[in-house]
Amino acid sequence: MIKVHLKIKRFNPEKDKKPWWGEYDVEVEPTDRVLDAIHEVKWNIDGTLALRRSCAHGVCGSDAMRINGRNRLACHRLIRDEIQNGQITIEPLLGLRVIKDLIVDMEPFFAHYRSIMPYLVNDTDPGPRERLQSPEDRARFDDTTKCILCAACTTSCPSFWARGEYVGPAAIVQAHRFIFDSRDQGAAERLEVLGDSNGVWRCRTVFNCTEACPRGIEVTKAIGEVKQAIATGKVR
Amino acid sequence: MAQYHQFDAIVVGAGGAGLMAALYASRSVNTAVISKLYPTRSHTGAAQGGISAALGNLEPDKWEWHAYDTVKGGDFLSDQDAVDILCREAIDAVIDLEHMGLPFDRTPDGKISQRRFGGHTNNETKKPVMRACHAADRTGHMILQTLYQQCIKNNVKFFDEFQVIDVLVENNVCNGVVAVCLATGETHVFQAKATMIATGGFGKMWRITSNAHSLTGDLPAALLRRGLPMQDMEFYQFHPTGIYKMGILLSEAARGEGAVFINNKGERFMERYAPTMKDLASRDVCSRSIYQEIRAGNGIDGKDYVYLEFRPEVVNRYFQADGNPKRVDAAYMEKRLPDIIDFVRVYMGIDPITQPVPIQPTAHYAMGGIPTDLDTRVLADEKGTVVEGLYAAGEVACVSVHGANRLGTNSLVDLVVYGKRGGMKMAEYAKQATLRPVRQDAHKMGEAQLSAIRDNPGTERPSNLRKELQVLMDQEVGVFRTGAGLEDAIERIHALQARYKHLRIDDKGYKFNSDLMEAWELGCLLDLAEVTAFSALSRTESRGAHYREDFPNRDDQNFLKHSVVWKNGGLRMAYKPVRLGRYAPTERKY
Repeated sequence: MIKVHLKIKRFNPEKDKKPWWGEYDVEVEPTDRVLDAIHEVKWNIDGTLALRRSCAHGVCGSDAMRINGRNRLACHRLIRDEIQNGQITIEPLLGLRVIKDLIVDMEPFFAHYRSIMPYLVNDTDPGPRERLQSPEDRARFDDTTKCILCAACTTSCPSFWARGEYVGPAAIVQAHRFIFDSRDQGAAERLEVLGDSNGVWRCRTVFNCTEACPRGIEVTKAIGEVKQAIATGKVR
Repeated sequence: MAQYHQFDAIVVGAGGAGLMAALYASRSVNTAVISKLYPTRSHTGAAQGGISAALGNLEPDKWEWHAYDTVKGGDFLSDQDAVDILCREAIDAVIDLEHMGLPFDRTPDGKISQRRFGGHTNNETKKPVMRACHAADRTGHMILQTLYQQCIKNNVKFFDEFQVIDVLVENNVCNGVVAVCLATGETHVFQAKATMIATGGFGKMWRITSNAHSLTGDLPAALLRRGLPMQDMEFYQFHPTGIYKMGILLSEAARGEGAVFINNKGERFMERYAPTMKDLASRDVCSRSIYQEIRAGNGIDGKDYVYLEFRPEVVNRYFQADGNPKRVDAAYMEKRLPDIIDFVRVYMGIDPITQPVPIQPTAHYAMGGIPTDLDTRVLADEKGTVVEGLYAAGEVACVSVHGANRLGTNSLVDLVVYGKRGGMKMAEYAKQATLRPVRQDAHKMGEAQLSAIRDNPGTERPSNLRKELQVLMDQEVGVFRTGAGLEDAIERIHALQARYKHLRIDDKGYKFNSDLMEAWELGCLLDLAEVTAFSALSRTESRGAHYREDFPNRDDQNFLKHSVVWKNGGLRMAYKPVRLGRYAPTERKY
């Protein structure tokens, strides 16, 4: 067991006029998750601490937050990898309104997601069996199918911080997943949405999104491919 | 003051079964989904290896073989008419998912790719068959995403982060549910002609578990409190391959691709326990074998774990020994099992491509749950009395297809087949039913449970009680059980329930009060643990995942029957017969 000093940005709308730093000392294993340390605080020191979490192994996307200044899933980072001089600093995601402590308003994020038609568009009759797709065509969009909608990318993006109307990296990743799916026929409409003033051209290729993605998706590359599709009018 | 909503149909839970039901119900009636999580956080998304259907894309297969494997996997406790529906309709359900856009991996000729999984066989050769349709090792993620995408396309109404705390059932009629809006703490009453419960599992009563924090059995507990029973609760699956000490799941797909269990002597010990299927024997068999090795002193370093080996050179050595022409390399494993390889690297700090992986069995899946008929209608007793307007599907339900032990991939099959069936049936019902009035004080019972916690001046921290419960369940209601241990467990659960009346929480507020909701969830876990231990005590035989050391044999004479347990007004047990079909119970060997 090691001692960790956690600095957690707190805000309770029922009590606080402005955010404040809560400081807590907990004992955890170096191989514990950051989430485990936060649970130590919540379960044994201050039950009022609010956060979202569910699967606790990096697949549900609930617990994205700023850990030592970088967007991470608290369940996907270990104490030994994050501890700096005995301390870990934890804040809510930037760019979305804080509701309570580490919980931010996800509605604008999901509204952007919905705006890019995040579903297969194909009205032709598929027949009684599966549509065929070659392994190569399937591989074309594999990377972007991994997205868990945790918002780590979008809320790491300076363009999104500056302008919340920007659809953001996650919505573009989701669009990419369909635009480059050989079974999909909705690319033109999606590219129109993404080609407008709050679409892909807001991306300044800062690469924060790629660095933030807990699923290892090459987000900036995907955005680049969508930009190219808009510029050339070609998706395959 | 509660807020009121009216719908033809409501679905509680937004995992695979809930979204499938909502998708089909919303095609013809006004439907809403209520979930305590954002839908994409549901634990269906954590399912890894595959979804079985006898497509026969790579080698001959038949749905009847899938049905037999399911019945045998369930140690002959499955209702065989329900299994026939499951395995026959699995084929269309998987094709349906593909048409919705699910990005399955593909065969060289462009069809849905399939692989081996535990307990799935060619019934003629008895050898493993490629039946599990997959998208890398994130098949559940793809199913959840695809179904959510379709719900968006079809404008399904969602109440995200609304936690249901009560089901309005009276005199075997259901009129809706009561929920808390987590963001505000306000009570909402959802009045509906048809209500579907699809809230998944309740594995958080154990400490070592693959289950999410949110899987606390809220709805089963609410039904128990309303006087409805649970079925086959003694049958809980412990998955053989949890990451040591953490319980995070490493998919059976690893063994489907060739991984093997190894003990401290370097032996592939499953050869001794299951000579034909070996490491692809059913999960209950593998989990028991692992613990038998550990008890025999064959755990690694004498400790309580063994190795899962998926180093390519080790895998290939055993392929060769088995006469299997397949060979793998690091790149192949990375492509087929990317997520679990990442889990091992992140959480254990080791590389499974070059090092063996320490694993131990992890509490994984409830075969039991809310009893339903073939149309997913909830049953009020062992005689088959239907609760009007109430449905259940997915892990939370017990239809019963999985019997005493679920086969790998069949959870996802269950979700889509019975989720769809339930959605269609509830819509059919809602179209001809009228909205029934709810009582003025409908929300009071649920609210009273919350205020009893919020206003409690007690001293007990919920987290301490939860930890004690989980340790107790690991010890006494795990892979191996005894009568004395179960009696002790029930006594200690009762003691925890007594202490639960003296809780103290820190957060007295209303907005996102997860301190309160976690404490309430603990009460649900305690109730479910109680009926689980009681059901396990009552079944004095060993069958599937339920293993009694004091009754080590299956006893078809006395126990070829489902258990039905009530908890209101004291624990009470009844039984109902298993619906057999083509397959007569025989000795189960892998």
